[in-house]
Amino acid sequence: MRKLSAILLSAAFSTAVATGASAQDPVKVGMMQGFTGPTESLVRPMALGGEMAIKEVSDSGIFLGGREVVSVRGDSTCIDAAAATAAAERLITSEGVQGINGATCSGATTAVLNNVVRANGIVMISPSATSPALSTIEDGGYFFRTAPSDARQGQIIADILERRGISSAALTYTNNDYGKGLSDAIQAAFEDAGGEITAVAAHEDGKADYSAEVGTLASAGGEVLIVAGYLDQGGKGMIQASLDTGAFGKFVLPDGMVGEALTNHFGEALDGSIGTNPGTDSPGASMLAELAEGKDFKGDDPYVPEAYDASAIMLLAMQAAESTDSAVYKDKVFDVANAPGEKIFPGELAKGLKILADGGDIDYVGGTALELIEPGESAGSFRETEVKGGKFETVMYH
Amino acid sequence: MEVLNALALFANFVVVPATAYGAQLALGALGVTIIFGILKFANFSHGELMSFGTMITILVTWFLQDMGVGIAPFPTALLALPVGVLAAIGVALLTDRMVFRFYRRQRSNPIVFAIVSVGVMFVLAGLIRIIIGPADQSFADGQRFIIGAFASRDLLGLDEGIAIKQSQVITVVVALVVVVWLFWFLQKTRSGKAMRAYSDDEDLALLCGINPERVVMIAWVIAASLAAIAGTLYGLDKTYKPFIFLQILLPIFAATILGGIGQPVGAILGAFIVAFSEVMVTYAYKKFLAYLGPADWAPDGLVQLLSTDYKFAVSFIILVAVLLIRPTGIIRGKVI
Repeated sequence: MRKLSAILLSAAFSTAVATGASAQDPVKVGMMQGFTGPTESLVRPMALGGEMAIKEVSDSGIFLGGREVVSVRGDSTCIDAAAATAAAERLITSEGVQGINGATCSGATTAVLNNVVRANGIVMISPSATSPALSTIEDGGYFFRTAPSDARQGQIIADILERRGISSAALTYTNNDYGKGLSDAIQAAFEDAGGEITAVAAHEDGKADYSAEVGTLASAGGEVLIVAGYLDQGGKGMIQASLDTGAFGKFVLPDGMVGEALTNHFGEALDGSIGTNPGTDSPGASMLAELAEGKDFKGDDPYVPEAYDASAIMLLAMQAAESTDSAVYKDKVFDVANAPGEKIFPGELAKGLKILADGGDIDYVGGTALELIEPGESAGSFRETEVKGGKFETVMYH
Repeated sequence: MEVLNALALFANFVVVPATAYGAQLALGALGVTIIFGILKFANFSHGELMSFGTMITILVTWFLQDMGVGIAPFPTALLALPVGVLAAIGVALLTDRMVFRFYRRQRSNPIVFAIVSVGVMFVLAGLIRIIIGPADQSFADGQRFIIGAFASRDLLGLDEGIAIKQSQVITVVVALVVVVWLFWFLQKTRSGKAMRAYSDDEDLALLCGINPERVVMIAWVIAASLAAIAGTLYGLDKTYKPFIFLQILLPIFAATILGGIGQPVGAILGAFIVAFSEVMVTYAYKKFLAYLGPADWAPDGLVQLLSTDYKFAVSFIILVAVLLIRPTGIIRGKVI
């Protein structure tokens, strides 16, 4: 009897110790990206970039009085809404994350937002969901994105085509939320500018042969083919079939298509094609590239700066609110991201945390020259590239 | 001149791709029809058998490429193909021994066989994904084009070029050789005659002293060889991805049934009809008509019967129409 009570007592004691320690448990941030599926080649460096910011904050030793921050990964896939929802459920209910960096694709992000995030009241900051529909979605103030809406990218592409004197184009998109949203944005902006979209054809990802889709577009004609797809999926297939049949020789490649994997595969056959992806010439971008040196990924890969910034503003907002409670710190995200205040670049997160701890104000610039606009998305600056000698080369920034 | 341009355009986007696709379907449909002729069931695992043979071919191709062995300007895969064929035969005989023979001895209903073959399909599909993974694999090397679109345009002096890929020519040539050999085998050799006799009347063939197990074995060997060749040619021409072998089963079955089940000639005929229908129904004729019509005129719409999204629907429509109107197929075959 005596022995039993001793055991009970010690059990009660250890529970008390555990509860006492929980306030100093590491803060968990969900890194929920499309590790499998159409974006798998884009996501690896993105996740590493997002985790680099988390580590930087954790190592500073001054985050919320010296708490640690860890990243917990979850696979949002890209096209499987059920898998994304399940991953988010797991992160929130069983891992107990205080915020989510993700999801990668617009469809998965919408599903997670509707089914999990709003119900649980957790802040979610996507680095790469760009569907215009996410600007008007009901989010309760919990959803932000460090990438601009495709409506903006559509306008940029229309401007580029107009400046280069291209007046007609055929358009193909990957048949999902991202592709359809971007395609509509490009078509609307280009036609407003007086250009002609000769034909619009959707393509399904994961097929072996795209010659029929290309045949349709070739029949309609057009000086260039705009491919709003994925570079390791149908988008690549559409370009392959176009080059094989000689239907199109020049392509306009929005963000999902810009990547080394594409130029490595096609080489100089793509010369003259135009690419656009979020990017900036602010010093932040090159600072991030330097920061990533020797870390097994590149700081200027597509969406890596956005991923870094998503983690950074989430943690800075927690510091400003002195709380890890989403309902509290969500109101601080705008404050830390925008003026007024001291400008904070990549690698200077410790400085930002210090200013906030002392009650000061910061204006987070980060790797993307981040400027948040209502309803919580990046205003966006884009990089225009042209393929020369089988490589994407920067032409200018918009 | 305008007429020639229209013809060149039509050849580039319809005739050339549909011919290569038809040849690939024909090899697949021949395999399905032979298994049906001898074993009397629709073999749903045929697509995965194609995939398995192709996978082994790809693995051997990579090995040869690493060793620096090649037959440039031809693709290395042709050198590796015999190994793929042997592997496919091995798997086919193994599944027959382990699965199908049991049901054959039970004298099971054909529908039971068909369901069993679906099970075999899933097992093979899983095995393939474990070995090579679900992703796209590229293994084509050698010269890509016999003549490119831009080169042929200059050569012919037209506005439109006709691109002919090496893989398309290889596909058609190999398919032709294999089909000629198959017909010679079925018509002239002792084993071929035994197979035809067995297919026509099982009991009578047994009375004549034909060994049924041997006939079944030859049928599997032929079907598996055709499968590996068809899969590899399809992969060379397009791309290899395990998932598509589930999709390609539909046009193959449509071709088999359209031509007449159990009829080798019918399978080839059916394959080309399905391939040309798929391509022609979804092709947009705008530019083609613009060449034929008066100068500076073009139709307003795309003049497309069916959007390319519905490509697979074409096979379905053919399948349903044949089953309703002429269930025996073009050349009078068996009815499932």
